[in-house]
Amino acid sequence: MQKILCANNISKSYGDKEVLKDINLTLDEGELVCLLGVSGVGKTTLFNILSGLMKPDSGEVLLKKSYSNDERRKEDIDKEYDTESFEDDFLDITGVSGHISYMLQKDLLLPHKIVIDNAALPLVISGMSKKEARDKAASYFERFGLSGTEKKYPVQLSGGMRQRVALLRTYLCGNSVALLDEPFSALDTLTRASVHEWYLKVMEEIKLSTLFITHDIDEAILISDRICILKGQPAGITDEIVIDEPKPRGQDFVLSDKFLEYKRRIKLML
Amino acid sequence: MSKKYSDNKNKKYMDIVVPCIVLVAVLVIWQLACTFSLVPSYMLPSPVRVVKAFINDFDLLMQHAKTTLTEAVLGMVLGVLLGFVSAALMDAFKVVRQGLYPLLVLTQTIPPVAIAPLLILWFSYGIAPKVVLVVLVSYFPIAIGLLEGFESVDCDLIFLLKSMNASRWQIFWHVKFPSALGEFFSGLKIAASYSIVGAVIAEWLGGFNGLGVYMTRVKKSMSYDKMFAVIFFVSAISLILMAVIKLIQKKAMPYKYIRKQDE
Ligand SMILES: Nc1ncnc2c1ncn2[C@@H]1O[C@H](COP(=O)(O)OP(=O)(O)OP(=O)(O)O)[C@@H](O)[C@H]1O
Ligand SMILES: [Mg+2]
Repeated sequence: MQKILCANNISKSYGDKEVLKDINLTLDEGELVCLLGVSGVGKTTLFNILSGLMKPDSGEVLLKKSYSNDERRKEDIDKEYDTESFEDDFLDITGVSGHISYMLQKDLLLPHKIVIDNAALPLVISGMSKKEARDKAASYFERFGLSGTEKKYPVQLSGGMRQRVALLRTYLCGNSVALLDEPFSALDTLTRASVHEWYLKVMEEIKLSTLFITHDIDEAILISDRICILKGQPAGITDEIVIDEPKPRGQDFVLSDKFLEYKRRIKLML
Repeated sequence: MSKKYSDNKNKKYMDIVVPCIVLVAVLVIWQLACTFSLVPSYMLPSPVRVVKAFINDFDLLMQHAKTTLTEAVLGMVLGVLLGFVSAALMDAFKVVRQGLYPLLVLTQTIPPVAIAPLLILWFSYGIAPKVVLVVLVSYFPIAIGLLEGFESVDCDLIFLLKSMNASRWQIFWHVKFPSALGEFFSGLKIAASYSIVGAVIAEWLGGFNGLGVYMTRVKKSMSYDKMFAVIFFVSAISLILMAVIKLIQKKAMPYKYIRKQDE
């Protein structure tokens, strides 16, 4: 497998409070990695850094060059960062946003835009015409279980629906790496299972690599290739566990001893 | 849910009925006080006389109102434009904000009545000094309302747009401006009442036309009934202006007025 995203020795503090220390993390192409950790440990902070929205105090975030977004922007960055880049085929995106699709912890739907325009926002931002963007976004509504909500305003949607709109919006950002901060937390078990299934399929189709955060250990074991445990104060990646089980993983796996064994190990690590 | 909804409706109904009862009661007491000569009739005309004065002078009042409204609306439009531009600049450049904001607050401590004579000296007796005064009084609530709106935007929303590689302009257009609309309209409502008052004050101090000019004339002839008529008329105009703004707001921000249960 090929590395697509590397975070090297990331440290970050808020004022005097050290939150992250010497985080090393890699993501392979097509891999689904889960970040597990108790509330307040620094998961969202790490995501903000990986997405380039925040600058770490030290350390760097590298993205495989061929997977970076926007050509023009890429050239600009090459000029600026080339001498600092350690590996030739990696681009230093530390503190540079726009290369990675990011679904934030809150759904952050814009209250003044109807649902379809919310979903199509990344397309419009990237320069597509409003009509074209709407058409493209509309073609996904059924698969996301959002049919009929196109013309509604976000306040008229349930929490689970809002989350699916946010997921669709993130998907339409169209980058090869996605960071999802608790993407399925507001979904009921049945909807969640179907969204999982859909997401795994999409990942394979478009060779998407995903790093996601969850508080649900069962969910982590069910869909991840690998689970990273973020722990401590300041937090580091204390453990990594590879879930060695072919996908899709069904009900049999959930009820198997193997599943329970994974669960037991993770609980001990947390 | 439906119980809460009908309660809500009931409350809204009461919100209208109670003040109406109070208003009618005040008018009745007033009328009775005049009929039984509890107060000298030349000092406090009865409501009926006020209404009669209004009807008699209706054409004249409308003509003056046209001038006052022109000044108020023109001044407000200019105030909105100026307020918008300066709020956007203050939001975009920290230096502008640091330099301009204290100055803005300082100018607000100067009462408009105090500068109106100066404006008349500068711009003479036409419509210009009135418009300038209205611009001055309506500018502040709009600039501050918009600035606060721009700054109250959830910074995660800005993060989201940045993660989509949005430009500063796109962030402004898709997030900041729409989020500030609520504050903008609150500021606009305040500006509307200020601007009518501002125009009338400027007219008091000199001019040929306008409700303020009418006021000074009827004061000189000691027609108390006409004075009362024009006072109520001015407040009615302010109320109507605010209602119009509310209507525009409803059109501009439909999402603010939908409830979840509506389909
Ligand atoms: N902007 C900030 N300024 C100061 N401290 C912050 C800021 N953002 C987060 N923190 C602190 O950093 C720590 C990590 O926060 P973070 O949001 O990354 O946690 P998290 O792991 O995502 O938690 P949760 O699972 O509850 O979302 C917390 O203790 C929080 O109080
Ligand atoms: Mg978090």
